[in-house]
Amino acid sequence: MNRAVFSILAIFALFAVVTMPQAVQASEGTVHPAQQSWHFDGFAGTYDRGALQRGYKIYREVCSACHSMKRVHFRNLEALGYDESQIKTIASGYNVIDGPNDEGDMYERPARPSDAFPSPFPNKNAAKFANGGAAPPDLSLITKARHDGPNYVFGLLTGYEEPPHGETLNDGQHWNKYFPGHKLAMAPPLSDDQVAYEDGMPQTVEQYARDVVQFLTWAADPYMEERKRTGLKTLIFLLVLAGVMYAVKRRIWADQH
Amino acid sequence: MGSGERAEFKNPVIGWIDERLPLFTLMQKEYGVFPTPRNFNYFWNFGAIAMFMLVAMIVSGIVLAMHYTADTELAFDSVERIMRDVNSGWLIRYIHMNGASFFFVAVYIHIFRGMYYGSYKKPRELLWILGVLIFLLMMATAFIGYVLPWGQMSLWGATVITNLFSAIPWVGDSIVTLLWGGFSVDNPTLTRFFALHYLLPFVIFAVVFLHVWALHITGSNNPLGIEPKGPQDTLPFHPYYTMKDSFGLVLFVILYALFIFYAPDSLGHPDNYIPADPLVTPPHIVPEWYFLPFYAILRAITFNMNIYFLAGIAGLFTLLVEFVWREKPKMIAAPYALPILVASLFLAALGFIGDQYPTLGIPFTAAEDALVSAKLGGVLAMFGAIVLLLVLPWLDTHPIRSARFRPLFKWSFLLLFVVFVFLGYIGSQPADAAFGPVPLSLLGLLCTGYYYGFFLVILPFLSRFEKGRNLPKSIHEAVLGKGA
Ligand code: HEC
Ligand code: HEM
Repeated sequence: MNRAVFSILAIFALFAVVTMPQAVQASEGTVHPAQQSWHFDGFAGTYDRGALQRGYKIYREVCSACHSMKRVHFRNLEALGYDESQIKTIASGYNVIDGPNDEGDMYERPARPSDAFPSPFPNKNAAKFANGGAAPPDLSLITKARHDGPNYVFGLLTGYEEPPHGETLNDGQHWNKYFPGHKLAMAPPLSDDQVAYEDGMPQTVEQYARDVVQFLTWAADPYMEERKRTGLKTLIFLLVLAGVMYAVKRRIWADQH
Repeated sequence: MGSGERAEFKNPVIGWIDERLPLFTLMQKEYGVFPTPRNFNYFWNFGAIAMFMLVAMIVSGIVLAMHYTADTELAFDSVERIMRDVNSGWLIRYIHMNGASFFFVAVYIHIFRGMYYGSYKKPRELLWILGVLIFLLMMATAFIGYVLPWGQMSLWGATVITNLFSAIPWVGDSIVTLLWGGFSVDNPTLTRFFALHYLLPFVIFAVVFLHVWALHITGSNNPLGIEPKGPQDTLPFHPYYTMKDSFGLVLFVILYALFIFYAPDSLGHPDNYIPADPLVTPPHIVPEWYFLPFYAILRAITFNMNIYFLAGIAGLFTLLVEFVWREKPKMIAAPYALPILVASLFLAALGFIGDQYPTLGIPFTAAEDALVSAKLGGVLAMFGAIVLLLVLPWLDTHPIRSARFRPLFKWSFLLLFVVFVFLGYIGSQPADAAFGPVPLSLLGLLCTGYYYGFFLVILPFLSRFEKGRNLPKSIHEAVLGKGA
């Protein structure tokens, strides 16, 4: 390999190494979450439909009492493996405010697939007021909005502990190993056997957390599977193109070496 | 081929157009038969790659602009709609987002290439300066673009960086108000940033045109840094370099595609997926990676410069000019140099100590009396780092271009590269971080010192005293001699 090519490769390797610390830089009081292995990891990773459906159930029955997911629409649930009529049924279980009607009044109607998930609180102040001053963040993008998102959220949901000796908690605070600063205003949301699973999966906090994290990861990155598929096709095309280009280049340059 | 001459075309339509507007003659001359040194290595691919990235950014950007809304209430949602509801919107946005990074990768390599092989030297000074202008415009464009999605890092990055301008004496506050269009980064800021973000890439395009024009006047430099002496030293641009550039471009695009499809968010900051909130400051505000070395230089100046310190620096600078830059005649006789050196170092140290230990009460060293505050010093150091690039052709006047034949230049330049990368690391860390027992801010200051020392001391010194190796007689001889 000639030296220029070697140097350029070295620069790219360096680029990869130097941009890494950005991903792992941590502020005070942060504990790195343990690395779980996920179905969606890696170049060919996909979402596990069963886990997404169970995760959605956890969100619906537990988290949605406090957290909105306003960027997700009922119609998006098709990606979880539900068909149109199932989605209609799910949506119609919620009421949304619509209007104004011809008389100028707002009215309630059952939700349709084109509606976004309704939020538990009418506005941020109401959310804060109901939760002791800390507004529960919208969860539509949560796994993208935190470093190492899926592992972090999994750690958070399973990381409640007794506070270490000498640390005191105010009313409504809970000690969490992974939350930056550790004092979290969210009470442990999950407990064993809290939600009934129909497919025989274990009804444990850990399993619930695994499932809801996969659901949240899908919500934040709904096009991941399509992205990886398109990527594979693009890369195959580019690699073949590069091979052809290289052959042509060799031939053209053959008389000049 | 003389300037008024036209090429012959077999195709009658092309011939007809070319008689009336010699576009094809021009293309033929500048990209067809254009004589190009035969010995380019793959570092010479990055100009074409940068051009490709500029076009990719403009095309993807215009599509994004069709769906984007520049309003603080709607901007974040409109970008999320692009990601979720616009057909292939996620692809367009990831192309644009990672494209900015890869554009900078290409341009950084292109700049380092130019420095290593001395491409900025006579007669290519203006070509080089136009390149530095492109780099500056790119930084402005990317900084402004990062504000558009209106996430937490958009808002707070914009706040930190625009605030820097307030350090400029007298006009600083007015400049900041003008940038903001009000009294904080808010809706007027976002709308004007969008307008500028749309405009600047086309300004870049115009400067790129001048850059390429200037290139075609002087011709390309090459890894040996000696001018081609005749046809045996060159090859027609087409098909030799069109083909080599295309091959290199495809390899580059493969790396780019790996990021777009498999790690699209890894170069960005997660906080930018949180909608901007003026009431919540993120714990750790960092710019995009391509700004980090300059950000580290900005933060390296943590002390105020008072009258003693500046007097000391002025003394040292006088010695530098007299004994390193100026060949002859000298205005200061050599025996005076030592006392001036001692006095300057004493003054600089006095000023520094006075600033660091205000309790000593040394007169005129209080923070209010500083002529250059730490903040202004940082801003000057950061912009100065780029100004040094602009005047590089006059700092390094050594007759040999290529580092291949200048070992001292080569190693001090490679050290500069390492220092620059390390500055990037320092810029990514919190301001109060430490590297073992050494505070990072101190290392940042040392690296900044080397950066400035390289340009202001090492280059002029080597220009006068480095002997260099013997140059080959011609490109042709060197290439064939190697038997490659
Ligand atoms: C009783 C209300 C409530 C329920 C139920 C609830 N949360 Fe929370 N959650 C909160 C509050 C309040 C906060 C804000 C905590 C803070 O900022 O200290 C929060 C914060 C979070 C955070 C953000 C932590 C961070 O890094 O800022 C995540 C992630 C989260 N919740 C996930 C969940 C998941 C998943 C569920 C369902 C299993 C859930 N929550 C159920 C109230 C709730
Ligand atoms: C020199 C070329 C350009 C550079 C370096 C550049 C850089 C950037 C960057 C860094 C972002 C933020 C990406 C993110 O985090 O989301 C951005 C966003 C954006 N850019 Fe550009 N850009 C360029 C050209 C253009 C052009 C020509 C347009 C056309 C109008 C454009 C339109 C947009 C829009 C609408 C956004 C906001 C949407 C988004 O954030 O994804 N850009 N740009």
